Amino acid sequence: MKPAFSVIFLTTLIGVGQGLFLALYTQQSYALFGLLPLQDDAFYAYGSMLALLFLIGGLASSFLHLGHPERAWRTATQWRTSWLSREVIALPAFMGVVFVYGMTNLLDFRPVLVILRGGIPVDLSIVSGGLGTLLAFVLFVCTAMIYGCLRFLREWHSPLTVINFVLLGTASGFVLAAFYATFFATNYSPTQAGFFADWAFIITLLGLFGRSASLWRNARLRPTSTVQTAIGIKHPNIVQKSQGAMGGSFNTREFFHGKSPAFLRAIKPAFLVLAFAIPLLLLFAAHSHPAAWLLGTAFVLQYTGLLAERWYFFAEANHPQNLYYQTIG
Amino acid sequence: MTQLALVIDLNVCVGCHACVTSCKEWNTSGSAGPLCDENPYGADPTGTFFNRVQTFEVGQYPNTETVHFPKSCLHCEDPPCVPVCPTGASYKRKEDGIVLVDYDKCIGCKYCSWACPYGARELDEKQQVMKKCTLCVDRIYDTTLPERDRKPSCVLACPTSARLFGDVHDEESVVSKAIRESAGYALMPEWGTHPANHYLPRRKTSLKIHVDELERVDNPLKVDGKLPKPQKSDPTLDDVTSW
Ligand code: SF4
Ligand code: SF4
Repeated sequence: MKPAFSVIFLTTLIGVGQGLFLALYTQQSYALFGLLPLQDDAFYAYGSMLALLFLIGGLASSFLHLGHPERAWRTATQWRTSWLSREVIALPAFMGVVFVYGMTNLLDFRPVLVILRGGIPVDLSIVSGGLGTLLAFVLFVCTAMIYGCLRFLREWHSPLTVINFVLLGTASGFVLAAFYATFFATNYSPTQAGFFADWAFIITLLGLFGRSASLWRNARLRPTSTVQTAIGIKHPNIVQKSQGAMGGSFNTREFFHGKSPAFLRAIKPAFLVLAFAIPLLLLFAAHSHPAAWLLGTAFVLQYTGLLAERWYFFAEANHPQNLYYQTIG
Repeated sequence: MTQLALVIDLNVCVGCHACVTSCKEWNTSGSAGPLCDENPYGADPTGTFFNRVQTFEVGQYPNTETVHFPKSCLHCEDPPCVPVCPTGASYKRKEDGIVLVDYDKCIGCKYCSWACPYGARELDEKQQVMKKCTLCVDRIYDTTLPERDRKPSCVLACPTSARLFGDVHDEESVVSKAIRESAGYALMPEWGTHPANHYLPRRKTSLKIHVDELERVDNPLKVDGKLPKPQKSDPTLDDVTSW
């Protein structure tokens, strides 16, 4: 498939936004049960606004993908059958909840809704955060299933697609949360950067396993469709002589990445190093010394790596229609 | 239930592209607007087509065969391109099984083209909406046309009658008979899309001659050529003729 930059930015940017929100809420949940010190309201408020910025960036980028963005409202109508439609509903819903969550913290409007046993008060911030967490996962599943549900794109049609979207998005969000947290160290509340960095390390490691598993799986796929099944002629030697167009067509532009095999081979180790290896080292170092420059570098490198990862994700998928478009001539 | 479809006879198609040009001509002139082309006379011409004729070579020299292979939307009975459309622009008509795109609803997200294993959908780069074969839906029901013209443009254009049109759910239709009697098959059956369009295979007319048919039964010594003349004195077969 041809990797479209609009979709690469959409999926990686909202991944960061979702991950950052999940990170904030994880810390808040720990704090609710007294396991970590609760941070200033501003920490959660500005953090969720930062997450919102990434989500808005993703949404804006998705519009660039459409031929008729002015008709985008129609995309919310087919949620019964289309994962794309479901994503289009889940994304603004999640953004709305992140906004509410941010506002409850920013305006300190936190009416207590329930009191748990043991006297733990559950306020609006906690409830909206919980809803946001749920929606973050719904959004991950919707985004990944857009690709995972296409059964003849075998590279994508696997639970690993969903697992990796969740893991890679969350990992980048936690790294950003760790970087963000370094700016909130005060005398009375120690920085939470170490906490986020440790989680980011674990999730990045899991992401490395998940992505390696899918690379391993995809390298061993045998194509289901062949030129024989495509034109229905049983013969081991069939070559295409013409495809009905001399100057290419939509089919040659949309479904081929157009890069050399050497480029494809180079990008794989590149994203493995950028998105996983270096961030893991930096996060490991940040465990004992959570410095802003370490975590900032980790985030920038990992995000760059994830862009390459997403590019490869698209490029590696081999569409069966390509069997009909082997030769111009 | 009706399922309109084309049956394409690969044994007859000569690869003349008459169906391609006729399809383009009809469908670029309709009320749905043109099928846009870019640089039609330039260095890198490209455009939107519903139908393409491709050519494949089967076998290795000198035992090769050229197969011309017309390809358009197959109007799948279980079309994977329809449920994925987020706007409902892509739909399959209940009444005749034609898969259509509503150009006024399509947002040009291209997702349906990803979901079609056959590459039958092409985005119109100028109008930014998805296009595909409509089975000339604006023609086959047009009562102002004489009855014999109410067929898809490609079918009418084909000089060798390689393209048949009809209802594949009606067992007596010309297409159903052709599929049944001439071994019609579907493309990429492995994906369970159940294409309505079928293809008829290449067929060779061959005469089977067995070895014993090449030998004269009245030649037990297996010597070919004229038999030696019998002597005048030899008895004749019928006691009448003599040499
Ligand atoms: S051939 Fe492709 S576009 Fe046509 S109905 Fe089947 S899946 Fe859809
Ligand atoms: S390109 Fe148009 S028809 Fe295809 S899925 Fe998107 S909105 Fe639907």
